[in-house]
Parts: sequence; C-alpha cells; structure tokens
Amino acid sequence: MADKILKKLNIKVWRQNRASEKGKFENYTIENISTGSSFLEMMDILNNELIEKGIDPIAFDHDCREGICGTCSLYINGRPHGPDTEVTTCQLHMRKFKAGETITIEPWRARAFPVIKDLIVDRSAFDKILQAGGFVSVNTGGVPDANTIPVAYDDAEEAMDAAACIGCGACVAACKNSSAMLFVSAKVSHLAKLPQGRVEAKSRARNMIAKMDELGFGGCTNTGACEAECPKSISIVNIARLNREYLVARMSE
Amino acid sequence: MSKFLMTSIGRKFLMSITGLFLVMFIGVHLTINLLLIVDNSGELFNQGAEFMATNPLIKIMEPILGLGFMIHIFWSFFLEYKNWKARPVKYAAKNMGASSSWASRNMLVLGALVLVFLVMHIIDFFWVIKFNPHTMPKTAEGLEDTYTLVASLFKESIVYGLFYILGGVLLGIHLSHGFWSAFQTLGLNNKNWLKRLQFVGKLYAIVIAVGFSIIPLYFMLGLYK
Ligand code: SF4
Ligand code: FES
Repeated sequence: MADKILKKLNIKVWRQNRASEKGKFENYTIENISTGSSFLEMMDILNNELIEKGIDPIAFDHDCREGICGTCSLYINGRPHGPDTEVTTCQLHMRKFKAGETITIEPWRARAFPVIKDLIVDRSAFDKILQAGGFVSVNTGGVPDANTIPVAYDDAEEAMDAAACIGCGACVAACKNSSAMLFVSAKVSHLAKLPQGRVEAKSRARNMIAKMDELGFGGCTNTGACEAECPKSISIVNIARLNREYLVARMSE
Repeated sequence: MSKFLMTSIGRKFLMSITGLFLVMFIGVHLTINLLLIVDNSGELFNQGAEFMATNPLIKIMEPILGLGFMIHIFWSFFLEYKNWKARPVKYAAKNMGASSSWASRNMLVLGALVLVFLVMHIIDFFWVIKFNPHTMPKTAEGLEDTYTLVASLFKESIVYGLFYILGGVLLGIHLSHGFWSAFQTLGLNNKNWLKRLQFVGKLYAIVIAVGFSIIPLYFMLGLYK
C-alpha cells in the first residue's frame, strides 16, 4: 500500500531551556509528512526546518530507534509513546495521525523525572532504584556450568517476560500517581522468579521500595494504566508479586 | 510498624485491609436489609435489627467498624495527597481513558460521594436507633419498629428513595475497582487469579448496587401493598 501524505500538521510542543527555567508550549506547523515515516523522523524533519529558520531544534531522547533501548520518551496526545499500543515512540508511525491534526507533545511528567531540556527528562531515578537492589551478588568463584540449577519452565517464562522491561518510564508517565511500581515490579520479578535471585529477595524488595519512595514516585492504586501503555506489555501481576515480596520482607523483620 | 505504614506499600496496605473489612460489613448489611422486602409485615427485619442491636459479637464489632470507616476515609485523603504531589507539573493533554477505567482513577471522588451519603444515612437511621430510640415508632407489642422507621421514609419521599439508589450505585462503582484492587495490594493475586478476582469484584459490585437499589424501589413502586 502506498503511503499517503499528510498535507499539514500542527505541532504543539513543550519547550524548556533548562531545568531551572520555566517552560511553555510552542506551536509549529509541518507539511507533507509521509504516513510511512516514523514519529521521530517527523521530529527530525521538523528540527531541520527549525534549524534553517534559526530556531533552536527540539531536544528529545532517542537512540536505537527500534524499540529495544527504552531511550525515546514522548507523551503524545495524552498518552506515553502516543496513540498505539505495545510500541515505543520510535516505533510509532505517522499513519496513526490525520492531516490537519494538532499533535501535543509533552515530556514525561513526574517529580522524580525532572525536565533537562524540552522533551528530555532525567530518568536516573530508575538507575538509582536498580542500584538499590536490582542485582544478584556473585561474590566469588568461577562461572557455574549451564543448567546446574534447574529452573521450571513456567518460572523461566515469567522471569523472561518481566525482564523484557526496557526501563523507558512510560509506566510512570501513564500513571495518574506517577508511580514506578510496574518498573520496580518487573525488576524485582525477573530476579524473584529465579533461584539465583531468591537469596537476596527480601533485602531487594525492601531496598528498592525504600529508594522508590525516597525519590518521590507516587503509590500504586492499581488503575492498570501502566500495563496498557507499557511498550513491552509488562503485566500488573508483577505488581502483586512485588507487594507480596515486600510485605513478606517487612513482616519477617 | 508506623514506619511501615508510611511507606508507599504500607499506606495502601492499610487501605486494603480496612477496605476488605468494609466489603464484608456491607455484605452483612445488605443481607439484613433485604429482609425489608422479603417480609412485608416487617417482623423479620425487626428481628434482624434487634439481633444487630443486642448480639455481643456485633457489639464488639461496632466500634471496630467505626474505626475501619475512619481509617479508610481519612487515610485516603493522605494517600491521594501524596500521589498528587508526585506530579508537580500536570499534563496539558491527557487521554487517561485510553488506558484505565474512570472508576479506578476516581476512587477518592467516588469515596467522597459515598461519604456524603453515609453521613445522611447515619443521621437518618443509625443516630435515631442508637441515641434517640424513644422517637422511634413502636410495634403493637411496644417494641421498637425499625421496619416502619425505614419503610415510611421510602414510602413518603421519592427524592429520598432516589438518593438511596444513587448511594448504592456509587458504592457499587467504588467497589468495581476497590474489591480486586485490595487483593492486588495485599499480594494475593497472580496470573491465574487476576481475571477471576476482577470478575468476582464486578459481580459483587453489581450485587451491592442492585441490592441496595431494589429496596427503595420496592417501596417507591408500592410493591409492599
Ligand atoms: S515496565 Fe514497561 S513502561 Fe515501565 S519502564 Fe518497563 S518497559 Fe517501560
Ligand atoms: S529509541 Fe530505543 S526504544 Fe525508542
């Protein structure tokens, strides 16, 4: 099918010079965008035009552009990663939009994700949560032989599903409470499901939740928005597991 | 313990425990109330009311129930305030309906509306029965006639009946999210139980909403005659 051309689009985008400055929305128009191009290609074209006009290009995060790194992060028309499911912004196509439409682009909004510039937010809070417990400690010895520790098929599957999280932060952006529970639950689950991860299960749940709270993320009220908007469809069942792990850890203190 | 309750999961733990407790209470409450339409003489309902007023176990539960309500209500404001603060700059364009249900996002609003209803409800019945029993209607045997107290209110005023129906429906919507959510927060959920719990929660919500609505309807439509 031949790609159509979107004659004209209005782009309403958040501009903010730096964290300490106030930001505001700017309106730009862009013409003749192919529906076959990706959302970020549209942004590239827009930025080219801005540069030609002597305007500072719009800063946004991107890297792999194939949905695996989790770097891209735009809140498009009221939804993280835009109006498509199970995709990242870089996988979003312009065929999801209509000619003449106004597209509103905002950065992820959360106290724990402060804006660095325009649409780029600082997501190092996620790294800090991981550093608090998202690992297994291997203190000595060589690499063990493969398959010396048997793992049940279902457990391996669930662990792998949870490990699919790319740390994009769309769950936080989608949540009305800016809660990071889906992310944390994915990270806790992929280790909690495996024997190697059980050793530190209690301290992991405790430390990661403590860090999450400290960094200013909100609490989960089980709206399920995170799962619906997650590009990797991480299940909220992981959140139940995280709750369980955490409660058990606290009860056994 | 107090430290635990201040953590994000601890805060919700308290909401879930009290919530599930109230879920049980509301089930008992509805069961007794349905006696209003089962027996038009009012005898069964009066017996039920008498039982609730005198049974020692219920007497012990009463203050606990009051406490459960208080915690569930006041804690919710604290919890939502904390969550609200987690996003200092709000979005200009939001399409939250694409990813979550209205009820799940508006539990505080629903809860507050149910609270308004609850206050009215307590003034109407609980207060009278508990503290002003001498103003209550009496049966032929001279016993307190709770049936007439309730039934006459619904027979008298349509506005009143509609208000009670609205209360029941709002509570139902609140439960449509609250029920399964409580289990999820307590960690009592997995990939097999998610759909089941959500289904049971919806079913329970419907039973509560319909159950509490048919009682005023029964009297408004004059079916007791
Ligand atoms: S859980 Fe999903 S939405 Fe959240 S960070 Fe991981 S991949 Fe992104
Ligand atoms: S740029 Fe890597 S996931 Fe979008």
